[in-house]
Amino acid sequence: MAATEKRMILRFVDEPGYTNDIECYLRHGGYEQLRKAVGMQSADIINEVKASGLRGRGGAGFGCGLKWSFIPPTNTKPVYLICNADESEPGTFKDRQIIHRDPHQLIEGMTIACFANRAHLAYIYIRGEFPEGARILERALDEARSKNFLGKNILGTGFDCEIYVHRGAGAYICGEETGLIESLEGKRPYPRIKPPYFPAVLGLYMSPTIVNNVETLCHVKHILSMGGAEYAKLGKPNNTGTRIIGVSGDVKNTGYYEFEVGALTLGELIYDVCGGIRNGNSLKAVIPGGSSSKILKAGEVYRIKQKGPDGAMVDRDLRLEDIPMDFDTMAAVGSMAGSGGVIVMDHKRDMVDCLQNLNEFYAHESCGQCTPCREGSLWMKKITTRLVHGEGRAGDVATLKSVADNIAGRTVCAFGEACSWPTQSFLAKFKDEFEAKAKAGVAI
Amino acid sequence: MSAEPTPIPADLPADFLADVDRTVSHYPVSMRSASLPLLHLWQERFGYISDPAVKWIANRLGLQPINVLELVTFYPMFRRHAVGKFHIRVCRTLSCALGGGYELFEILREQIGAQGDGHGVAVSPDGRFSIEFVECLAACGTAPVMMVNDDFYEQVNSPTKASEVLAHYKGKE
Ligand SMILES: Cc1cc2nc3c(=O)[nH]c(=O)nc-3n(C[C@H](O)[C@H](O)[C@H](O)COP(=O)(O)O)c2cc1C
Ligand code: SF4
Ligand code: FES
Repeated sequence: MAATEKRMILRFVDEPGYTNDIECYLRHGGYEQLRKAVGMQSADIINEVKASGLRGRGGAGFGCGLKWSFIPPTNTKPVYLICNADESEPGTFKDRQIIHRDPHQLIEGMTIACFANRAHLAYIYIRGEFPEGARILERALDEARSKNFLGKNILGTGFDCEIYVHRGAGAYICGEETGLIESLEGKRPYPRIKPPYFPAVLGLYMSPTIVNNVETLCHVKHILSMGGAEYAKLGKPNNTGTRIIGVSGDVKNTGYYEFEVGALTLGELIYDVCGGIRNGNSLKAVIPGGSSSKILKAGEVYRIKQKGPDGAMVDRDLRLEDIPMDFDTMAAVGSMAGSGGVIVMDHKRDMVDCLQNLNEFYAHESCGQCTPCREGSLWMKKITTRLVHGEGRAGDVATLKSVADNIAGRTVCAFGEACSWPTQSFLAKFKDEFEAKAKAGVAI
Repeated sequence: MSAEPTPIPADLPADFLADVDRTVSHYPVSMRSASLPLLHLWQERFGYISDPAVKWIANRLGLQPINVLELVTFYPMFRRHAVGKFHIRVCRTLSCALGGGYELFEILREQIGAQGDGHGVAVSPDGRFSIEFVECLAACGTAPVMMVNDDFYEQVNSPTKASEVLAHYKGKE
């Protein structure tokens, strides 16, 4: 039996008559949490967020409250907040729903986050291909200003805060937070090396900067509304709250859904929520958290360590269909929950074709700063392209693997991992298909 | 720099200059941050980023032209040449490919009579339409997806739907 949806962030978006203007938002209890927040101590808000256990929804799943507490206590520089609305990880289409249909939820979350972190200036970095989203946000910000939820002396409390929309221009790497910061400074989005450039210490304009995903910032409002401890009861320990899952590919009912984290398994998602595999086909593989997450193969058994009834760790074997969709289990089975973008492939799909598609993406999007990533992503694309075209060579599978193995861990930013994980995992799970193509090529 | 010269209007329209000023005011800490926004404003108004555009923006923000040009050459959305009045972008990435994105691209390309495989921009013979593949547009659940200028179209999964989208623009000035 699949868990039912628990819509918190998406609560209103599909409700008939719900519109994205401020009057509608106010009728639905909008900006009440901001009113509450500006009457609190900022440290108390951060403590609520910590208690909630909220983990970032942008991809890495980093603790939100912990991130906020990295701003040095002795800091005297201005603090900035950036909302990462670059949403470019293939398979991910959740932030768009919020931006288009409930922009004030994001603005309220951001303003609370600004207050908590003592930031007076914030930007929403939105990908360039969301022109309508940018216009909707601009209008919503104007509305919020006109009601004094933004601007000078917010709600008469003496707190000043401005938020502006900043549009990207088609480069995936701007989603990486330090690349984003460079881009927002008006430069090429070359990611910065960490350390020392941890945004919370040396971010925008070399000042402490909090970068959070759209969905993460929306959760802040609900944490304040429920209280951190109550929020933490949603989901599972260390995997709290709800999250939006976007399903695309070969299922009958593709779309976005919101569940408590870990409340359902991949099988329940695919068969009960999404109506199963389309066209009468059967399940072959799932990319569970955006294109960079490692692919999972149907029919394989995944062994994880779990706490048994007596508290001791025991092994548990899971089929793909039985994997619960939380951060920790997804990591334990060798992939990641990432951005919540699930891509499903049926048994007719050619895995070499699928990987070639992704490799073309990564080769196109590498920023080019690090040789292993710039050259490696291109080589991976070239090799998979010739395999697809029946022009493979005998050593191709080994070469492909060695290229991928020599990128991850040797680059400035996590794009290195992001681009090598698909190749590594496709090869690990579907080596026979790649070998067959390489051999077929040689024979021609 | 090799783009065809576009005249910078000797007097840029007043509303454009007002947009520029308003945009720059959003970056109180560093004017350089306004580079991308000004490039967007320029491209929306004049179609592409010419040499004079690079110089004008650099000058407005107190930068060297190379600071602006290196953005134009990096960010895929900025163009050094004019494209069609109606610029089509088709998503190429996996979820859309699984949903027929490549087929959609071919249908559209043929209907506008442009040549090419999606790498780079292809323009129709009459210059009104242009088409290119782009990477994931963040609407993977309604694949395949495409844009015409700023307009978004989802689930364009049949030749009929593709023709309907095009028909909407074919009659337009
Ligand atoms: C290559 C790359 C691309 C990324 N793209 C995005 C993105 O599009 N949106 C996003 O929110 N985070 C993206 N991230 C993650 C960000 O770097 C950062 O971790 C995130 O914005 C932090 O927000 P959160 O803690 O709220 O998740 C990307 C990371 C990498 C390495
Ligand atoms: S890993 Fe790739 S994307 Fe990241 S900085 Fe290096 S070259 Fe750029
Ligand atoms: S893959 Fe086409 S919109 Fe995401």
